[in-house]
Amino acid sequence: MASSFTRILSSKRNVGILSLVGGSVAAGFLLHREHVTAGEPLRRRYPASAEYPDLRKHNNCMASNLTPAIYAKLCDKATPNGYTIDQAIQTGVDNPGHPFIKTVGLVAGDEESYEVFADLLDPVIKERHNGYDPRVMKHPTDLNATKIQSGVFDERYVLSSRVRTGRSIRGLSLPPACTRAERREVERVVVDALSGLKGDLAGKYYSLTLMTEQEQQQLIDDHFLFDKPVSPLLTCAGMARDWPDARGIWHNNEKTFLIWINEEDHTRVISMEKGGNMKRVFERFCRGLKEVERLIQERGWEFMWNERLGYILTCPSNLGTGLRAGVHVKLPRLGKDPRFSKILDNLRLQKRGTGGVDTAAVGGVFDISNLDRLGQSEVQLVQTVIDGVNYLIECEKRLEKGQDIKVPAPLKQFNH
Amino acid sequence: MPFGNTHNQAKLKYSSEQEYPDLSKHNNYMAKILTPAMYERLRTKETPSGFTLDDVIQTGVDNPGHPFIMTVGCVAGDEETYEVFKELLDPVIEDRHGGYKPTDKHKTDLNPDNLKGGDDLDPKYVLSSRVRTGRSIRGFCLPPHCSRGERRAVEKLSVEALAALSGDLKGKYYALKNMTEAEQQQLIDDHFLFDKPVSPLLLASGMARDWPDARGIWHNDNKTFLVWVNEEDHLRVISMQKGGKMKEVFTRFCTGLTKIETLFRDRGHAFMWNEHLGYVLTCPSNLGTGLRAGVHVKLPNMSKHAKFEEILTKLRLQKRGTGGVDTAAVGGVFDISNADRLGFSEVDLVQMVVDGVKLLVEMEKRLEKGQPIDNLIPAQK
Repeated sequence: MASSFTRILSSKRNVGILSLVGGSVAAGFLLHREHVTAGEPLRRRYPASAEYPDLRKHNNCMASNLTPAIYAKLCDKATPNGYTIDQAIQTGVDNPGHPFIKTVGLVAGDEESYEVFADLLDPVIKERHNGYDPRVMKHPTDLNATKIQSGVFDERYVLSSRVRTGRSIRGLSLPPACTRAERREVERVVVDALSGLKGDLAGKYYSLTLMTEQEQQQLIDDHFLFDKPVSPLLTCAGMARDWPDARGIWHNNEKTFLIWINEEDHTRVISMEKGGNMKRVFERFCRGLKEVERLIQERGWEFMWNERLGYILTCPSNLGTGLRAGVHVKLPRLGKDPRFSKILDNLRLQKRGTGGVDTAAVGGVFDISNLDRLGQSEVQLVQTVIDGVNYLIECEKRLEKGQDIKVPAPLKQFNH
Repeated sequence: MPFGNTHNQAKLKYSSEQEYPDLSKHNNYMAKILTPAMYERLRTKETPSGFTLDDVIQTGVDNPGHPFIMTVGCVAGDEETYEVFKELLDPVIEDRHGGYKPTDKHKTDLNPDNLKGGDDLDPKYVLSSRVRTGRSIRGFCLPPHCSRGERRAVEKLSVEALAALSGDLKGKYYALKNMTEAEQQQLIDDHFLFDKPVSPLLLASGMARDWPDARGIWHNDNKTFLVWVNEEDHLRVISMQKGGKMKEVFTRFCTGLTKIETLFRDRGHAFMWNEHLGYVLTCPSNLGTGLRAGVHVKLPNMSKHAKFEEILTKLRLQKRGTGGVDTAAVGGVFDISNADRLGFSEVDLVQMVVDGVKLLVEMEKRLEKGQPIDNLIPAQK
């Protein structure tokens, strides 16, 4: 540890440093800045002010919350795996954002990122999750599907129902930071556990590197295949390294329960079916998740979770439940009504096109899902979607008959 | 940088076999040379600035390559990369640079008086002439690895040095993040503006981080001498003009480069150079001279000749489309330049281009008249 740092200090390069770094550097730059946590000291030749990113044209949560003071405090820290603040924020520096959509602008490289960089992450989490304060609040986890009320939609309107979340394997780094061996270990642990699923959950794994042409085509036709990320939000965070090594798709024989391995998170878990039986989709979701958890625990592993942040995932936007429960629903009239956005807001729902995030609605069919992730439990969020979608369908029916609709009162977000 | 390789020590808890990349579908120089045993020996090493083996090869792992074109598949993060990882890089260099051995010495010659001819390429055929190279400032990490602070320091130093150029080299710097709309449009119209890299070969190595911070373009008032700051290398230096007066272009190139080198030295900085590898740049393909001297030349008949490729190879030249590497030729106009970079001096390479293009134009003229060219076909240079 000490030897590599003395190598840095004694390197002939340092002779040049004094002459070129101007301003307020003085003698500070050569100092040994130690890590707060385990890990080797970082190479740092410039003061924090010379390294602070230019965020003047940026509009993301990271840029809104990363002050020079916070940066200076965090810039010489690293997690035990060696992940740094510069790596965490790289995606937000490289992607200034959209004037209307506010992206998060940072990722976690491992579970400890949320602790070591809490000075930045806590305010980002608070901003992104509508005031949820991780310093004082606790996140409720509830995967008891029997608590769901109604939840079978009118299939003249709801074409399909889907619930997704993510899970991370404790002890292994997350996609932005993982090594090839860690990523392969995630794959091994998860695939091994999934092979223990039985009954309607029994299924098969398709590794991206090994799948045949036929298997690939089938997965495309089923809309299961995921591709190498192209979004710069993800590629700038380093998530696509070594593609397609240790990436794959598992699904049950009935094609209603699907797991993505090593895409944006260690795992993404999806339960889905055609039609409007959201209750059954959620029931399978909960049952499948609990079974997978049991199977990995048998093998000595567990999911990343804590009571402050719930389930830990790569992107701070997916903390808590990491849950997005949604339907594809026909709302041609409501979709054109000027009050549509406000209604959705008050119901704490969001709309997307049927291609997913950043796509347009086709033929009046919208993807409607929960806005929130953190601060409410899975059961609460799914119930919100069920109640909300039922309301939207009611509105559509009323508009069909030429009747007027009402904007509902805004829902309470979470119990403080 | 790049990501996931921050700390090599954490990775060492896994065996070399567990970490070794899957290169079964790969076709680049890195994949050809790297073996599990080599990976095991090199993975515990780091350059003094912390650049690791995985950092070197990430771009080659992420970009398996093209079945017909061999990409290099590795990059340097600093000058020491070429020493610390020589077990991998020496064979890569040898393979890529036509058998250049680890013991070979590279000759630098930036004296334009040593160039014979080159002032009379027929402008009816040769539309423009250009010479480019790169330079790295010793003591600073290279684009795949540099921090924002370092990149800004490179920019500051470069801008100060360039501001001291005078005469026909006097010019102005345009920082990418500060330029006005009008300035941007002018630079586009002049074909000077470079954009954020989109090639996955570059992105995977981390060169586009923090764009457009500390990137910019400097050019002289005459628009014949241009410097790119912090694109693929610390500096890319370009001399160009319309027509076929390659000698003039090369003279300005040498004069400008020498002046810039002096200005840096006055400020206590040298360029990365050694007698084995010549000028040290980010990509091993650009070592030695880092020089590409080329012309845009009209060869509609020649390019359809069955032996066009063979003749180019014999002349040690390569063709590209007029949009640069990986583009197609438009209207029979080709970008013809030297294929070599290392093991030949700057003068040697420009001489090859001058002599070779002269011959190609001769051949083109013959073919226009329906005459054969067989007796003009040269021996292998």
